[in-house]
Amino acid sequence: MSNEIEAIKDPGLPAHVHRQADTDPVAEKRAERQIAILFLISALGTLLFIFAYYFIPEDVFVFFPVLGNTNAHQLVLGLGLAIALFFIGAAAIHWAKTLMPDEEVIAMRHTMRSDDEDRDALVATVKERAGAAGLGRRSLIKRSMGLSLGLIGLSPLVLLRDLGPLPGDDLTKTSWNAGTRLVTDPGDRPIRPEDLEVGAVAQVLPEHIGEERRHLSDIAKDAVLLIRIRPEEFQLSPERLSWTYDGIIAFSKICSHMGCAVALYEQTTKHLLCPCHQSTFDVPRAAKVIFGPAARPLPQLAITVDSEGYLIAQKPFSEPVGPSFWERSS
Amino acid sequence: MTARERVTGTVANYVDERTGAAKWMKKNLTKVFPDHWSFLLGEIVLYSFIILLLSGTFLTFWFDPSQREVLYDGSYEPLQGLHMSAAYASTLHISFEIRGGLLMRQIHHWAALIFMAGMVVHLMRVYFTGAFRKPREFNWIIGVGLLTLGIVEGFLGYSLPDDLLSGTGIRIAEAIIQALPVVGSYLAFFAFDGAFPGEAFIPRIFTVHVLLLPGIFLALITVHLMLVWYQKHTQWPGPGRTEKNVVGYPLMPAYMAKAGGFFFIVFGVTAFLGAVASINPVWLYGPYNPGQISAGSQPDWYMGWLDGLVRMAPPLESYIFGYTIPWNILIPGLIIPGILFTGMALYPFIESWITGDKREHHLLDRPRNVPNRTALGVMSLTFMLVALINGGNDIIATTFSLSINQVMWFSRIGIIILPPIAFVITKRICLSLQRADRELVLHGRETGRLLMLPHGEFVEVHEPISPELAWKLTAHEQAPALALEDVDARGVRRAGGLKNKLRKRMSQANAESIAKPTANDLKEIEHH
Repeated sequence: MSNEIEAIKDPGLPAHVHRQADTDPVAEKRAERQIAILFLISALGTLLFIFAYYFIPEDVFVFFPVLGNTNAHQLVLGLGLAIALFFIGAAAIHWAKTLMPDEEVIAMRHTMRSDDEDRDALVATVKERAGAAGLGRRSLIKRSMGLSLGLIGLSPLVLLRDLGPLPGDDLTKTSWNAGTRLVTDPGDRPIRPEDLEVGAVAQVLPEHIGEERRHLSDIAKDAVLLIRIRPEEFQLSPERLSWTYDGIIAFSKICSHMGCAVALYEQTTKHLLCPCHQSTFDVPRAAKVIFGPAARPLPQLAITVDSEGYLIAQKPFSEPVGPSFWERSS
Repeated sequence: MTARERVTGTVANYVDERTGAAKWMKKNLTKVFPDHWSFLLGEIVLYSFIILLLSGTFLTFWFDPSQREVLYDGSYEPLQGLHMSAAYASTLHISFEIRGGLLMRQIHHWAALIFMAGMVVHLMRVYFTGAFRKPREFNWIIGVGLLTLGIVEGFLGYSLPDDLLSGTGIRIAEAIIQALPVVGSYLAFFAFDGAFPGEAFIPRIFTVHVLLLPGIFLALITVHLMLVWYQKHTQWPGPGRTEKNVVGYPLMPAYMAKAGGFFFIVFGVTAFLGAVASINPVWLYGPYNPGQISAGSQPDWYMGWLDGLVRMAPPLESYIFGYTIPWNILIPGLIIPGILFTGMALYPFIESWITGDKREHHLLDRPRNVPNRTALGVMSLTFMLVALINGGNDIIATTFSLSINQVMWFSRIGIIILPPIAFVITKRICLSLQRADRELVLHGRETGRLLMLPHGEFVEVHEPISPELAWKLTAHEQAPALALEDVDARGVRRAGGLKNKLRKRMSQANAESIAKPTANDLKEIEHH
């Protein structure tokens, strides 16, 4: 016995300690009053809520420290509701804690596993029933049933086909074509090179003809950033240099990573930064990725000026704009 | 018999004769629930779900889930005369013209954040205390499913107003779909009815957000709760508590009052937040336009880790036979989250494989007594935390005057080295706490009273701890590592040797512990 390891003993459930309200009638009365007061505060909260809804005008703003300028209607309405709800809860819990029975009781658990008897009976029943249905024998029925159930599972997939069109060349084409004028966004005014000072940035879109407003789906591909730097600062291949005009270089504004608008241009470093995932593109080096998750530079749009001196596209984008997709070739 | 008793009796009789409910009610009204603050975390989730249903229904009365372009002429002056979607315009209408509309919008958004936070903390409670062990594995998997769907539901919800911030989030989701090999661009065109953004996604995600996912939630939550009810709640170890019993308060009346009261407390706190704490002020962002963006674009926090992973991904892309595989999107956006959530769902089975323990467990573990599990949990949380920090790298950089590159490099390196460090530190802390428990049981509580012995030595007086506390600190089981042999009785190497070796190693690591004191140890000390 002495060599056997003996665990420390379970002393059993501690004796129940009575609360003050269980034994002292004064304390019991006090608890009762407290609970009633909590419920009454809730009722007042609802009244405050109703008052705010009907009588506090919606255009009154009040200044509170921390909160700042706050709409009085919304604030009192919300506070009234919060008080009404919170104090019902507070009253109920206080009630439970002071006056309702608080003696812990013990209930027994049962293992989840069924008795062996029941399990055997179930197995026997299933075998017998399945046997009666001939599930094991009738393989012709079984196979044809499998086929039909499998096929009918396809029908929802077939039905979902009309959710949208096939991509076609939608992901690779934009509205930019040879000779398309660059117009400001917003404003839709054509731009001349001299409108843009060195260091300036402008968002442009292809000139839009027709009454209909631009579709967002077009903007999602067509948005272009114009940046002007000193021509001698470019570090471009001769071909890419011929895509610029007098220090003005044009990039797709749609990030080559996940399609956000690459909107932050830092004049001193000449970096373009995407605010979504911080991919950073170096403007003088054809938007080469110098930091962040983007794997490709922003596509460059070849630009020049037309006979009237307005900036135009030399040709469409030479690669798809925006995030990568399977069929994209580079 | 009073009049009240008579009426109640008549109604009860009417119902029972048609449903036989009396038998079930008799048994279950006295059902015992163990009490502990950590058991309220799941309740918070349940209650915020109800708040979400109520406030969400209110919002649908005015929300117009359509991308039809309208000219805004509502009462918010800065946006008057702007073209925007009907979804955005109706969100402004709810915020500015419907009395209580803004309050309900804010309650809805706050409740969603509490819903997600509650699920995460509830999950941590269940994980760190081992409540997922047999027989509760099904509920663990349902829970992981609910968490995953919760992230999707929350994302769709804050995308509905169609403001500049949410549209940017949808753009990123579209890029993830589009990045899928082979089928990506097709799936994206099906989902958006053509090129992004199109005019279909708001009505579509609205249906998913208000009908499909809430329906699935309702079904899963029902099963989740039925299983909790049927399997009975787990309980903390303590005097009188065993694997075979459940100690606590009966459902009626105290537990009903507490749980019902807690619903109102949660609702009250959410309403308070909705009243005083502005959230998602969409009118400041403006309508969505794919050519625009606001600096400091942030998703809600439960998406932040995902965004953080995407931000820190290296710029990898493969071009094979004229096709593109964007690893910089697939790895952080799909592969890592997939591994994390699958691993989480499978964890109960992995642990039971390592320990070889196939018994039912109803007593919870104190996290220190299962150092490996606790360390693994802290390791995972560290991973998520670094990812989440990187999700706000721009905000952190501007707040603390750092460069974005510094924050990004911290996260890129930190996400690899910090989790293992967290594992080791946590495991050591757990073992130290076990050692402290052992000390406490064997030598009692330090009283702070100093005693000078006749020969001048000072000693501190220790007081023995109560038998209840001693039991609580020693009630856990310390199972030895699995005795797995690499070779069988005849000296032949077993099949699956590598798997066996791995299991053996993990089982040994898992069994590492400080021996808990026994009654023999105590007696021995008394003899001294």
